[in-house]
Amino acid sequence: MKLSRKVKINSDIPTASMPDIIFMLLIFFMVTTVLREYSGLDVELPKAKRIQKLKSKRHTAHIWVSKQGQISIEDKLVRSDNIRHIMYTKRAADPQLTVSIKADKAARMGIISAIHTELRKADALMLNYSSKTAID
Amino acid sequence: MAKRRFKGGEIPTASMADIAFLLLIFFLVTTTIDMDKGLGIVLPAEGEELEIKKINILNCLINSQGNVLLGGEPIAIKDVHREIRRRLAENDKLIISVKAHKKTKYGDYVAVIDQLKRANAKRISIADTD
Repeated sequence: MKLSRKVKINSDIPTASMPDIIFMLLIFFMVTTVLREYSGLDVELPKAKRIQKLKSKRHTAHIWVSKQGQISIEDKLVRSDNIRHIMYTKRAADPQLTVSIKADKAARMGIISAIHTELRKADALMLNYSSKTAID
Repeated sequence: MAKRRFKGGEIPTASMADIAFLLLIFFLVTTTIDMDKGLGIVLPAEGEELEIKKINILNCLINSQGNVLLGGEPIAIKDVHREIRRRLAENDKLIISVKAHKKTKYGDYVAVIDQLKRANAKRISIADTD
């Protein structure tokens, strides 16, 4: 007697829902993406161990300080006594503002101190010294 | 005259996955996940100068060569956190006042602040350079 096997295993991966999965991933990345706004100056950041992450990119303003002592905000070179006005407008627009100082490790403290004074005058008191993770 | 029969319009969805993939790859490439990291500090507000007892202040001076003077005695930067921790154990009201020379390198200053953070010093004061 011949038995005919009738069970046929369907071995296809269902692809009907693939566009949905891809769209979901796409929407995730679209929402989380913040396009790079400013390129800043060429700096070599100092290294530190006890570093913490900045809370949010949206509440962060960057100040770049180069080795030569140039100060840049939003890709514009500024003089240190103009920081007050720029930061005051930013601070007024966003009370949660954190200022991230991206200074070269060979920059001089005279300039950093001048920035401190300006930031205090602009009432932008939350500060972050941007640095890389030190490995020991 | 033959009547044109409506055959039912359909948008082809076979290439939808490809289009979505293309967009996905674009956003994957442009996304920067790495967040900014650094040492957080809060500046005192303008005109918020307080008189503090001398016994609660520890001066930490950094000169232009990156040498540190802690409470009048020279110390290596890598030993600062041990000394601060010891002094904080003696006096928990201690305020560390960091003062740097105008020509001090920012890298040395950040190294000292990092040491203070390692010693869990909460009260850090940053004096103006002179």
